[in-house]
Amino acid sequence: MKSALNPRRFVAKIPLHLTILVFAAIWIIPTLGLLITSFRDPTNIAGTGWWTVFPKLFSGGQYSLENYIGVLRGEGLARSFLNSLIISVPATAISTFIASFAAYGFAWMRFHGRKVLFMLVVGLMVIPLQMTFIPILPIYSKLRLAGTFPGIWLAHTAYGLPLTTYLVHSFMAGIPKDLFDSAAIDGASPLKTFWRIVIPISVPALASVFIFQFLWIWNDLLVALVYLSAKPNVAPLTVSIANLVTNRGQDWELLTAAAFVSMALPLVVFFSLQRYFVRGILAGSVKG
Amino acid sequence: MGAESKKGGLALQGTQLVVRLSVRGWRGLWKGLCSIRWNSWAFVAPALLLIGFFLVYPTVMTIFRSFFGRSTNLFGAPFVGFDNWRFVFTNNVMLTALRNNALWAVLFTSCTVGFGLILAVLLDRVKYERIVKSIIFIPAAISMVGASVVWKFVYAYKPAHIDQIGVLNALVVALGGEPVGWLIQRPWVNNICLIVVGIWMWTGFCMVILSAAYKNIPRALLEAARIDGATEWRVFRNIILPLLAPTATVVATTMVVQVLKIFDIIFVMTNGNFSTEVIANRMYKEMFNFFNYGRASAIAVVLLILIVPFMILNIRRFAAQEGGR
Repeated sequence: MKSALNPRRFVAKIPLHLTILVFAAIWIIPTLGLLITSFRDPTNIAGTGWWTVFPKLFSGGQYSLENYIGVLRGEGLARSFLNSLIISVPATAISTFIASFAAYGFAWMRFHGRKVLFMLVVGLMVIPLQMTFIPILPIYSKLRLAGTFPGIWLAHTAYGLPLTTYLVHSFMAGIPKDLFDSAAIDGASPLKTFWRIVIPISVPALASVFIFQFLWIWNDLLVALVYLSAKPNVAPLTVSIANLVTNRGQDWELLTAAAFVSMALPLVVFFSLQRYFVRGILAGSVKG
Repeated sequence: MGAESKKGGLALQGTQLVVRLSVRGWRGLWKGLCSIRWNSWAFVAPALLLIGFFLVYPTVMTIFRSFFGRSTNLFGAPFVGFDNWRFVFTNNVMLTALRNNALWAVLFTSCTVGFGLILAVLLDRVKYERIVKSIIFIPAAISMVGASVVWKFVYAYKPAHIDQIGVLNALVVALGGEPVGWLIQRPWVNNICLIVVGIWMWTGFCMVILSAAYKNIPRALLEAARIDGATEWRVFRNIILPLLAPTATVVATTMVVQVLKIFDIIFVMTNGNFSTEVIANRMYKEMFNFFNYGRASAIAVVLLILIVPFMILNIRRFAAQEGGR
């Protein structure tokens, strides 16, 4: 290994550093602009670019939490934030739960049609959800599930199942067979084996799937638009913000703060659980 | 497999069930029910029921529905033959949507996979790899709605004589140009601006997968080529690229599937105005704005037809993996 301070090597590496710098800048500047703007005064936002704060970046008085208070109270985003949580936490939990049963069944149980049915599950991972709305909506309104939380929990659970089942399956199929043999010798029933042995060793995989699915549902717009019919009292953040863009398209103080409210939780999840998230993506790279 | 034959066919068990029922009555039925291996089915049944109701049944119904007229009542619509299909392939807006989806498919897929590949290889050579990777990957965690607001602000437009508040127009003005209505200038500027948002969101995803594959290439292989005097470009072209090609193909198909269904970005940023319509957004409009369920069904089936090859590809790839296990 030569010294990193070798000037020739350093010069040779300048184009590399520059290319990376350009990429990093393009990826970070839009979000940075949003973040800074969300703390600025509405008249300043409309009058000058957000980058004008840089010469006096840390001088007080130009930032406030007014915009956040405005969207959370005035535009009802506090309610939407809660709705997003109410929608995504149970839906994620139910689908991970059902998927882990199904994955175990497909990986370790023997029954007729197992292969064909699992192929169906794999195929359905990429099905356009647009194919499903029109026949389900009338059933939903008859059962009074349209515009309700249980209705959207069920829909999200079902829509997420092909991918979650596939992901958990690919982990469970890799569990050594000896483990099941010794459990069978000890007289454990399949359910007991599943609950006492398979679930505990699948926890890391289940965590990945949970995070993946949670972010998917938290970030979903289409399913919420269709099944909650944009009612403000049940609307999640994505739906409320889409409405805000339509109705208050030029009020950047509201839009930027609202967007950041919706991004806050995914960002926290991302930074604290990045490892699991990346693992989920690597395992699920077939999904569309 | 021994277990398989021991358990016997479900069909056979069903027949036994009927025979026992006729011979022994209700007690026989109960015994018969107990004889089916509920254990095996019980694990997959909840998932299969939900998938059957929410995915399989509606898919069949939607195909059927695409041959019937408007009307929100599923069974009250008149049969119209191929009218909806004629609409899908002759209506101007639909043709624009199909063209835009093709543009998305080409630009979005090549840029996400291309940038992902470049970043995977370049970042491996610098010490600050982790932090840049996080920066590129962050947009994958946020919603398309959030990303749309982020970029709508980047594209913000103010008339030439006042200060620009959007970064892009400020840059254009600083370089001596006139501010541009990025989301209005049809047909190429605004569509490309929308596609950029998609690329910004999904490049990180491609980078993470390609980077994992790149780090699996034995370093000794690359070093050997370099010692033999191969230039960096030749190492990339003749060794790295062929070894990453299978992964890149998988990632590219994922991106194409993703892009065919693209909806949120268009719905939020332009709602398909100014020639930016795409298939999924048009389907939504036919369904909820015009209540023409027949046309909406036909448009959904178009999406399905475009995606079916990728379904088959996934199933085949999975079957090959299973075979190799």
